[in-house]
Amino acid sequence: MTREALVNGALIAGLVLVPLWAWMADEPFIITLTTRAAIFALAAVGLNLCLGTGGLVSLGHAAFFGIGGYAMGILASHAQSYQPIMETPFLINGTKSMPIIWLVACLASGLAAALIGALSLRTAGVYFIMITLAFGQMLYYFAISWPAYGGEDGLSIYVRNGFPGLNTLDPIQFYALVFCILMLTLGLMSRLMKSPFGLALNAARQSPLRASTVGISPYRLRLLAFTLSGMITGLAGALFADLNRFVSPSMFSWQTSGEIIVFVILGGTARLFGPVAGAVVFILLEHVLGGISDYWHIHLGLLLLAVVLFAPGGLLGLIAGRRKIHV
Amino acid sequence: MTLLSVDQINASYGPAQALFGVDLNLSEGEVLALMGRNGMGKSTTIRAIMGMMPATSGNIHFANHDLTRLPSHKVAQLGIGLVPEGRRCFGNLTVRENLTAVARPGHWTPDTLAGLFPRLEERKDQEAGVLSGGEQQMLAIARALITNPRLLILDEATEGLAPLIRQEIWSAINHLKSNTGLAILVVDKSLTELRQIADNAVILERGKTVWSGPMPDLSPAIADQFLGL
Repeated sequence: MTREALVNGALIAGLVLVPLWAWMADEPFIITLTTRAAIFALAAVGLNLCLGTGGLVSLGHAAFFGIGGYAMGILASHAQSYQPIMETPFLINGTKSMPIIWLVACLASGLAAALIGALSLRTAGVYFIMITLAFGQMLYYFAISWPAYGGEDGLSIYVRNGFPGLNTLDPIQFYALVFCILMLTLGLMSRLMKSPFGLALNAARQSPLRASTVGISPYRLRLLAFTLSGMITGLAGALFADLNRFVSPSMFSWQTSGEIIVFVILGGTARLFGPVAGAVVFILLEHVLGGISDYWHIHLGLLLLAVVLFAPGGLLGLIAGRRKIHV
Repeated sequence: MTLLSVDQINASYGPAQALFGVDLNLSEGEVLALMGRNGMGKSTTIRAIMGMMPATSGNIHFANHDLTRLPSHKVAQLGIGLVPEGRRCFGNLTVRENLTAVARPGHWTPDTLAGLFPRLEERKDQEAGVLSGGEQQMLAIARALITNPRLLILDEATEGLAPLIRQEIWSAINHLKSNTGLAILVVDKSLTELRQIADNAVILERGKTVWSGPMPDLSPAIADQFLGL
């Protein structure tokens, strides 16, 4: 067993044991904190497909996080008020069912990612970063100026949405749901990275020209990866909105995009569990340092600087050693 | 039947014209040697065929498809496998992953390639970046073959390799010629080996086709005049 596999195992054990301990010790806040970390990890796992495997630095992934959040908010608020979302040309009602909300969140964010990707992937480098940022900010200002769904104040959902057979209002049950989704997504990512698609995406990151001379179309591959990545981040957005029972335009903000990038870089790009490690450390720092000072981001900045300068493989690389793309 | 036809192509690197009406034809199952001194346009011709640089005029046809304006990946998908100069494997993928990433259905699979290059089979779980130059060259050939092409282009496939490894590469190319009927366009400076394997030859000088014909007709005088050999 490699050192990276051991570290990954320890991360999974931590994600199981900490909330379990908190549940037994009646510490719901710790469970909520871990749920937040797992949801952020899921969003970062989505971005990691683009950034780590595909080499695409998207500064607009908050767009998909926000779309997922608003998909949940819109569907749940209409179900709450018994008002249909639309009546013509056909009737669409709201819903409080999590599986349907997740499906809609994935489809909506996937569609947005496909459209944004189709345009932005024609550029590269700093232009790609700026175009993705611009799309994210467009959606941010759109959400602010959308009074039907709360505008700048956001949208509150009074009761958490339901999942068959579970009481989602119970923090540990909601956490179990999020944990299972995270593990399933990680399993899917592991398979994807070893599949011809994942390997070709990796090859196209190393050299698009070299890849194209062996029949790989970097644009199509990247568009598919960007879309999948957007769908996963959108799903995380829906879960985040359900955790807080609240959605607001801040989910679309560039700071959110930046934070998701920080999770990936902090944990280790192109490592399966890198985003998980990054999100967990981020939440820990936010909790521990945030209690000491309002300016805890200064410390985070120093840590990020240290990681970039001295541990290019991220925290996971520092512990687990040399980079391996799919462990 | 003509498989590849390059007809009067011109190509430029910015304002500097590199090809001045290059012609070559290659039939199914034929091995064609593209020869010339350094800087005479051999690699540029290959870049133009592969869609890596646009031909400013002229036509390139492959199996009844016009390649002149096609992007590289479409050219490769039509059935041209390139072994580029300098090998250029995907360094942080393993040998097996380099092959899996680009494989297309056909005769060549990781298992059939293991028969052609047993050394690669031994190294299948090693990253391409840590292989020796000869092993990387074998991997570059295997990677082109696993796309199951109708035409294999080898650009300086034996350059800079130890004599034993060169011998191994030439014997693999010989095997491809005699057992698979694959058309091969080979760029190399080893006239002795090319004489043994190639059916026909084209010589470029200063971006122009200056000689073409059957390999046996390539006399020492012509070789001396255009190749300095």
